[in-house]
Amino acid sequence: MATKHCPMVAAAAREAAQQPTKDRGRRQFLQVVLGGGILASLASFIYPVLRYVLPPPAADLGNDSVLAGTASELKANSAKIFKFGSRPGLLIKTASGEFKAMSATCTHLSCTVQYRSDVQQVWCACHNGMYDLAGRNISGPPPRPLELYDVHVKGEEIYVNRKQGA
Amino acid sequence: MRYAATYVRDWLDQRFGWEELIYPLRHKTVPLHRLSYWYFLGGITLFLFGVQVTTGILLLLYYRPSANEAYESVKYISTQVQFGWLIRSIHSWSANLMVFTAFAHMFSVVFLRAYRKPRELTWVTGALLLFLVLGFGFSGYLLPWNTLAFFATKVGTEVPGQIPVIGHWILVFLRGGEDVTGATLTRFFGFHVAVLPGITTALLALHLALVQKFGISVPPRVEDEWSYKPEQKKEMKFFPNFLLREVMAWYVGLGALAALAAIYPWELGAKAEPFASAPAGIKPEWYFLWAFQTLKLIPSRILVFDGELIGILGMGLAGALWLALPFLEPKRLRRGYRLLTGAGVFALVYIVSMTIYGWVAK
Repeated sequence: MATKHCPMVAAAAREAAQQPTKDRGRRQFLQVVLGGGILASLASFIYPVLRYVLPPPAADLGNDSVLAGTASELKANSAKIFKFGSRPGLLIKTASGEFKAMSATCTHLSCTVQYRSDVQQVWCACHNGMYDLAGRNISGPPPRPLELYDVHVKGEEIYVNRKQGA
Repeated sequence: MRYAATYVRDWLDQRFGWEELIYPLRHKTVPLHRLSYWYFLGGITLFLFGVQVTTGILLLLYYRPSANEAYESVKYISTQVQFGWLIRSIHSWSANLMVFTAFAHMFSVVFLRAYRKPRELTWVTGALLLFLVLGFGFSGYLLPWNTLAFFATKVGTEVPGQIPVIGHWILVFLRGGEDVTGATLTRFFGFHVAVLPGITTALLALHLALVQKFGISVPPRVEDEWSYKPEQKKEMKFFPNFLLREVMAWYVGLGALAALAAIYPWELGAKAEPFASAPAGIKPEWYFLWAFQTLKLIPSRILVFDGELIGILGMGLAGALWLALPFLEPKRLRRGYRLLTGAGVFALVYIVSMTIYGWVAK
């Protein structure tokens, strides 16, 4: 310890030890007040910065319906990406002509998935994750299924919304 | 000319004690032995950092950090600005070479056991600098705002997002929101050109000051040989003898860099389209391939935990242990250092083989 050898520190320590108890109490009190004050002022500097670096939450579209596409633009056994709020969604027309919609954000590390017409499954190119047409994770690293959406066909237009209660 | 130089030196000496300031440099020596060539790697990394700073400042003259303009501005640099393609290509190539030389420098320190007492903190600052270099690579990769970079950033920011409790906070902080958007680009630009350079400069100064303070480490085996046969001990003056050799290595490095940049100009790729599927065959930069391949191979669930969480926490733990490497050498064991050398060999073999696997795997 460097302080052991420093004569000034040693002298100060001797002096402090010789001081009456009242003085020591006063010193301790000042240390707590000043130290606490400095800590509190530091916290008041840091807190606004911490809040500043986190952006305000963006508005989510929630259960709103979005127009995902038109019936004629998709052939059977193909798919397209549509905007579902700020996130991508996947609209699939199956080989049998049925429409299915699900989140296109892979549950593994959030890459955007795609429909593979050769295997008729949903595939994530990033880490080779595979989902079936019901959005269930069937191979590769994805830990959870893709969120399925409700599809409503109104004439030519295809509307997609979040499942009620989801 | 010589007179002018002497005059300036005297002037400085009288005011600042110049001779005293450069005294340590004059007396610094570099040990000479069969492994001395490994000593060049740190200097080459430093040189490439200098190249990055220079070309980075030049790119700043034209680059625009917004989702609508970033891709176009990089395209403008590459196609319209005189020698813009060269500056950008050198910046990209130099970044990649710097990652490589920094890794090589680190492994040379492990295998020559240069991290031993009293140089533990030199190791810690060096390892932190390597993490910063990877941070530079990751943040700079997004700046051209192309498809590959967009998805690399999505995955890369999702990784710390998996950490329990604070993960989501980190993800939002990095992305500037819940998703990768123009806000992310602006943030990454700030990290890349202000935050990381500031921290790196301070840490680099400390790293170099520590190297200066403790001198250059001699591998234990060579030290033993020298104590056995003192007449074999050889040294070279750092200034100017070793420095001139180092400068020659830099010159060769610069030549290689210019040749690579000219023969294989860095591609720009397609502009990022946030509402498109990740393209088939997507892969990160080579220095993240081993981590990428690891994440790809981990099953979705391990016991009751998400596989990727185990993978990410495992890699974080490995990184922390690596940072603390000098403190982990078992002192009581005879030849305890072999444990760390073994860990070094394992890390090297794992990284190299996973990189190759990631490279060839579809």
